[in-house]
Amino acid sequence: MDKETIPQELLDQRKSDKFNELLRKRLLPVIGITIFLVIWEVAVRILELPSYLLPTPSEIAITMVERFHDLLQNSWVTAYEMLLGYFLAIAIGVPLAITITASKTFDNFITPILLFFQTVPKISLAPLFLVWFGVGTMPKVLVAFLISFFPIVIDTAVGLRSISPDMIDLAKSMGATKQQIFTRFRLPTSLPYMFSGLKVASTLAVVGAVVGEFVGADKGLGYMLLVANSNLQTALMFGTIVALTVQGLILFYIIQFLETMLIPWHITVRSGKEQEFGTM
Amino acid sequence: MTEPYIQLKNVDKIYLTKTDAIEAVRDVTFDINESELVAIVGPSGCGKTTILKMVAGLVSHTGGTITIGGKIVDRPQTDLGIIFQDAVLLDWQDVLSNVLIQINIRGMDQSEYEQKARELLKDVGLDGFETKKPYELSGGMKQRVSICRALVHEPPLLLMDEPFGSLDALTREQISMDIQRLWMEERKTALLITHSIPEAVLLADRVIIMSPRPGRIVDIKKIDLPRPRRWDSLDMKFNEYTGEIRKVFQQQGVLALR
Repeated sequence: MDKETIPQELLDQRKSDKFNELLRKRLLPVIGITIFLVIWEVAVRILELPSYLLPTPSEIAITMVERFHDLLQNSWVTAYEMLLGYFLAIAIGVPLAITITASKTFDNFITPILLFFQTVPKISLAPLFLVWFGVGTMPKVLVAFLISFFPIVIDTAVGLRSISPDMIDLAKSMGATKQQIFTRFRLPTSLPYMFSGLKVASTLAVVGAVVGEFVGADKGLGYMLLVANSNLQTALMFGTIVALTVQGLILFYIIQFLETMLIPWHITVRSGKEQEFGTM
Repeated sequence: MTEPYIQLKNVDKIYLTKTDAIEAVRDVTFDINESELVAIVGPSGCGKTTILKMVAGLVSHTGGTITIGGKIVDRPQTDLGIIFQDAVLLDWQDVLSNVLIQINIRGMDQSEYEQKARELLKDVGLDGFETKKPYELSGGMKQRVSICRALVHEPPLLLMDEPFGSLDALTREQISMDIQRLWMEERKTALLITHSIPEAVLLADRVIIMSPRPGRIVDIKKIDLPRPRRWDSLDMKFNEYTGEIRKVFQQQGVLALR
């Protein structure tokens, strides 16, 4: 259809639809959160709850500003542990998934071991790592690594296996080599699955780093949380939790951004953008 | 008289499963001459897709011999184009790249075939869609792209595995017309697998009728109708052919007599 022949009302309609959607998607969540915070603030004041039980949002905000320097410094520590564990999990997990899907023998050899270790609650290993590696960075990185490792391996392996048999037949009929089948067909097909694993893992990595710090540390947000806890500085505890959440969110959104850049065709990224030509 | 381009002699296929052996195809013998379009029609599970894959060298046969152009088929064949039931396009590439992947993987000169790809796309009504991604296309449009992909490298042989299987009725009719037109332009040797009797009769020079599993050939009908054949002007003979084939299936117990 020619652009000129589209009725103006429809274009106006689309414009206002777009505006409404922006309103709904951007503004409504902000309004929702604001209402929640206001109710919290008012309820705590009316019920006169002591600050060590439940501080008001304003109190938390003030504490966060006051202790901003501490929060930031400890955030770097935790972020470092989390990212190191996360990237280690990618660096080992993705090649492992590739090997598993490439070799049936290796699959049968390693998959039972993987399943066993996946069932082990990774958090329960943190004290053991403390014994082995002391209070340094290493045990935190290891917990973050272990906890984010399995979603990456499993989702990548599922993705690599998701290619349709017809697609492989097609590639063979073109005379594609094994290498070409992998790089040109199998790997791109697996990307949406791989990214869903990467996203799940990104939220888990921060959990791993904090648990590692809980068990034994002298810095980091997890350590700060414990200290605030023992001093009954509840507002600071909340502040630390907020800092941790922000950290997890930042990593998650970076991965999501990479996903939209790398695989714009993927359905979960695309949802909302309607494309319909009907049957021709 | 020249040798048929494709020859199948006493071809068997037995699939081994963990607990069982399934005889998919038994003693299949037929030829396809050069520039001939042969259709295989049969009920689901009669092994007709297996036959196509054995011809393409994608599935090994357990008995008999298959030759293409005098050469024995014992590995995946590359001198052909295949159209599958689903378009199997690369989601991450645009329409033109999806056609040219055929050229690309084969290491042929991309610039030389780009014009050919554009012409083919135009021929099936997809000009202007070259830079669209598959998710922006309807099912019928995707299948048209896959037809272009199967033809762009000008293969001597075209294999079609239920190419209309996942399309709605109107799109099926249109795409079968597209295929007939493209086929008539170059008269490639072609094998069409379908479970639709009218589509087989419309497109094929000869129709091979298969029995239920284990798939055997029960009859081969020569379709003597002038081309181009059109859905909107079919003569009495078309109905005679489909009627005859239907009768064969009835005798096989595939179609109920009532």
